[in-house]
Formats: sequence, structure tokens, C-alpha cells
Amino acid sequence: MSRSVAVLVTAVAGIVMLLSAFVRPLEFLGTAVVDWFNVLAAIAFVLGGANLLKMNLLKVSAREAGWGYSAVTVLAFLVTITVGALKVGVHPDPKFPAVALSGDKEAVGGAFWWIYEYAMSPITSTLFALLAFYVASAAFRAFRAKNTAAILLLGTAFVVLLGRVYVGVLLTSWIPADNAWVSWMRLENLSGIIMSVFTNAGTRAIIIGIAIGVAATSLKILLGLDRSYLGGEG
Amino acid sequence: MGDAPGMPRPQTGREPLLRRLDRVDRRWIFLLMAIAVAGPIVWVGVTGQTFPEKPTPIVEGAFRAIDGLPEGSRVLIAFDFDPASSGELQPMATAFVRHCALKRHRIYAMTLWAPGSPIIGSTLGEVVGGDPHYVYGETFVDLGFQSGNEGVIKQVGSSFAKAFPNDSRGTPLAQVPMMQGIERVSDFDALVCVSAGYPGAKEWVQYAVSPTLTGGRRLTFVAGTTGVQTPQLIPYYPVQLAGMLGAIKGAAEYETLVNGKALEASPGTKVEPKYQEAQRRMAPQLFGHVLMVALIVAGNVIFFAGRRKEARA
Repeated sequence: MSRSVAVLVTAVAGIVMLLSAFVRPLEFLGTAVVDWFNVLAAIAFVLGGANLLKMNLLKVSAREAGWGYSAVTVLAFLVTITVGALKVGVHPDPKFPAVALSGDKEAVGGAFWWIYEYAMSPITSTLFALLAFYVASAAFRAFRAKNTAAILLLGTAFVVLLGRVYVGVLLTSWIPADNAWVSWMRLENLSGIIMSVFTNAGTRAIIIGIAIGVAATSLKILLGLDRSYLGGEG
Repeated sequence: MGDAPGMPRPQTGREPLLRRLDRVDRRWIFLLMAIAVAGPIVWVGVTGQTFPEKPTPIVEGAFRAIDGLPEGSRVLIAFDFDPASSGELQPMATAFVRHCALKRHRIYAMTLWAPGSPIIGSTLGEVVGGDPHYVYGETFVDLGFQSGNEGVIKQVGSSFAKAFPNDSRGTPLAQVPMMQGIERVSDFDALVCVSAGYPGAKEWVQYAVSPTLTGGRRLTFVAGTTGVQTPQLIPYYPVQLAGMLGAIKGAAEYETLVNGKALEASPGTKVEPKYQEAQRRMAPQLFGHVLMVALIVAGNVIFFAGRRKEARA
């Protein structure tokens, strides 16, 4: 029963969105569905938070492998949400000095700002920066010219890696820039050609393929033929 | 640290050079990368020198889109990124805001990424904070974060006030003077998205920029994206996207153009380092790329030398 209701809601919402895109007088219906979606998206934040707590608390209580990380996650979550909601360290808004919670939760100097500035920001930036080190290690160990496809990939990588920095300009600066017959061979131009011709063509093909796939899948969902998004057996 | 194919493990004695090179501890590679990146950072910090950048047509397109608008135009900037990608995207966001400020455009800032909200405040404060022309609510506004991903984009396509009932300070939009006349996203003169992924520039193209969604009006759209996202967005240039800054290289080219414009307006002034962040990052980028190429070459030389040795044996 509940699955049938879910399928019906999905089909109605989907068909309304589809019609509102093409039939101008029905545009208000599409707008209403988008409003519902945004309300649901906000509720999903609460569900996501509750799920995060549940999963990690279960791990901690069962003392599963890595439960310490879960404990840190729960602690960080609770501390952040508490200082954000209570606006710890935030001064009231000058327009409403008598209202304790009238200040901006992200105000400079507040506890929430402090967590963002000195914990979240450096931690996430550091994790992102680590990629450079792992990519360098992978480049040394895994990038082998074993066959024609790999050789083409290597050649392209060299051109793009060097063409996107000033060393590419220096290496091929001897090629006349004002002669259209040969100037394309300059590394900075060659990397541009690779991006705008080969990458562009490949990406377009992928985008068109995905769009056709999305249209087909959407139709199956709207007709109730594909119920895998509900979970379970589908 | 796997062995290279064709390199049988010796039973005794000192390992051959090729094997030792192939099995080199990856921490040495990490150290090389650290030196390749840290050295130029220090060098640029001490000397202030940067490499020259020649803007590509796609970056010039982005510059012209903002520059060609008349003074006081309404520009919506979506800060759709978080601190993890700010190393690559913050210089773009700063350059876009600065370009708008040089042109005296009205700046509307928003984000679809929850961690992007504080970035709006810091960027606007840094660029237009001390500018007397920029008065909050009259010439710039921070609309903050709204949850809903592409749902928000669709919603601003029909009603901006529904998606953002208040600005980030809790002021109802109806009471923000510069929001007068803004009914939907197509009422803006230009849309800028600094995008780290989903939701980002691709979703803005799909749900906001298409003429079928803007009532036939062509909405000028430019984007700044991470290197990973750039190839996915190139197919949208130059129709849906008037221009794009791809990765830190694109940001450096855009900075060159914006700094050039600033110097045209005030000859003889010195460009502040905060407006050269992308250009300053091109030096570590250069050495990082050269090291990558060297490592790939070295890895292949060792691999093929090992195979040759095996074939001989």
C-alpha cells in the first residue's frame, strides 16, 4: 500500500513538472511542486543529522572497529549544532540589543565562526591538498606506456600538464606565434585544442548519452515500471 | 609498494639500482612534491614575482560579459563551493567581486552550499568592505545559504522571494532596497557561479539559463570551476556560458585582465597581493606539473629498463 502511494506521488509530481514546462497555464503547478521539494530538502537535513547520530552511536555502543572516529564525529556534530543554535559568543544585533539570540550565528569571533575558521576550513583544505601528493605517487607507479591507448593518454597528459603552465610557453616559444600554420604546435595552443576539440567532443557525447538515459529512466519511473528508488526489491 | 613486473626479487645481497628506484618509499615522492610546491610559494612570497598570463578566449568571454554591462547592473553571484576547494576557487570569487566593484555593479551573493555561507561574508568584506560606494542592502546584499540544490535554482526561476524570504541577516527581502524589481532570476543582468561540483554551474545551466526557463530572455551566465569540472562544462561555451574560468589557470588569466582594468582606471597604483592570489599560485602549479611529468618519465624508464633486463635474462 505505502509503496503504491509513493509511486503515485512520484508519478503525479513528475507528470506535473513535465506538463508545467511545456504548458504555460500550468506553470503554477510546477512551482508548487518545486516548493514542496524545497521543504522536503530542508527536512532531509534533519533526517540526515538524525541518521548520522544513529549510525555513529550504534557503532560506539557496539565498540565496532573505528568506534573512536564515530565518537569524534558525534561529539563534533553535537558541539557544532549547539554553539550554532545557541549562538555562543555572538553579540546581539545592534538593532535588537535586548534580544540575546538576535546576532548572526556566523559573526566573526563567535564559537561557530571559530569552529568554521580554525577547524573545518583547515581540515577540509588539508585533505584536498593531500591529493597532490597521492597523484604524484600514482604518477610514478601506475602511469605506464604499456600500449597504444596508454601512450596516447600519456602524450595528452604531458601536453596538458605543460601547456597549462608557463613552462609550456617557454618550451615552444621558438615556434612563431603569428604563423597560423605552425602556431597551433605551441604547447599552450595545443592544450587548448585538446580541451576544446577532443575533450569537448567526448564530453558532448557523454552528456547526450546521459540525457537519453535519464529520459528513459524518468519515463520508467513516471510509469511506475522502475521502483528501485524506493529501496527494497524494486 | 608492489614490485615492477619482470623484476624477480634477489635472494641475497644488495638490491639492483633499478629495483631500489622502483621500490622507493613513497614518502620520498611526497617530500619531492612538498619541495616543488613550497619552494615557489616562498619565492613568490619573498619576491612578489609572478609568471605572465595570456588570457584565453574563454576567459576573455567571461571578462567581457561582466565588463560589457552598464554601470549599476545587477549581478547575482553564486558562491557554490566550500573551504576544501577554496584554494582553487577563492581567487576566482575575489576576482569576480572585484570586477563587479570596479564596474560599480550591484552585487547579489548567495550559495547552494551550506559551508559557502561564511565565504560570502569574508569575500564581500575583503573586496567591497572599505568601499564607500558599497552600502549593504543598497549596492550589495548577502542572501546566504538555501537548501534544496537544483530545487532552489528552479524556484528562483519563478520567484526569488520564495526561495530567499530573508537575507543572511534575517531582513525580509521586501525591505532590502536593492531587491526592488527582482522578481525572478531572469531579472538579473548577469549570473556568475563559482562552482566546485554539485550543485553548481551545470545545474544553473540546466535549470536557470535556458531561454525556455527565462521567458525567452537571454541571461548572461559565466562560471568559475575547479579543474575537474572544467571539461564537463566546456560544451556549454559559448552559447549557455558566455565564458568560463577553468581552474587556477583560468583564475590567473582573469586576474590579469581585472588588474589591467584597475590599473587603467588608476595608473601607477600597486596591485595588492590579495588580488594576485591566482597568479601567485601558478608558480607552485608550474613546479608541481613539471615534477609530475618527471615522475611519469622516471617511472616509465625504470619499468621498461626492468622489462628489457628480464627479456635478456
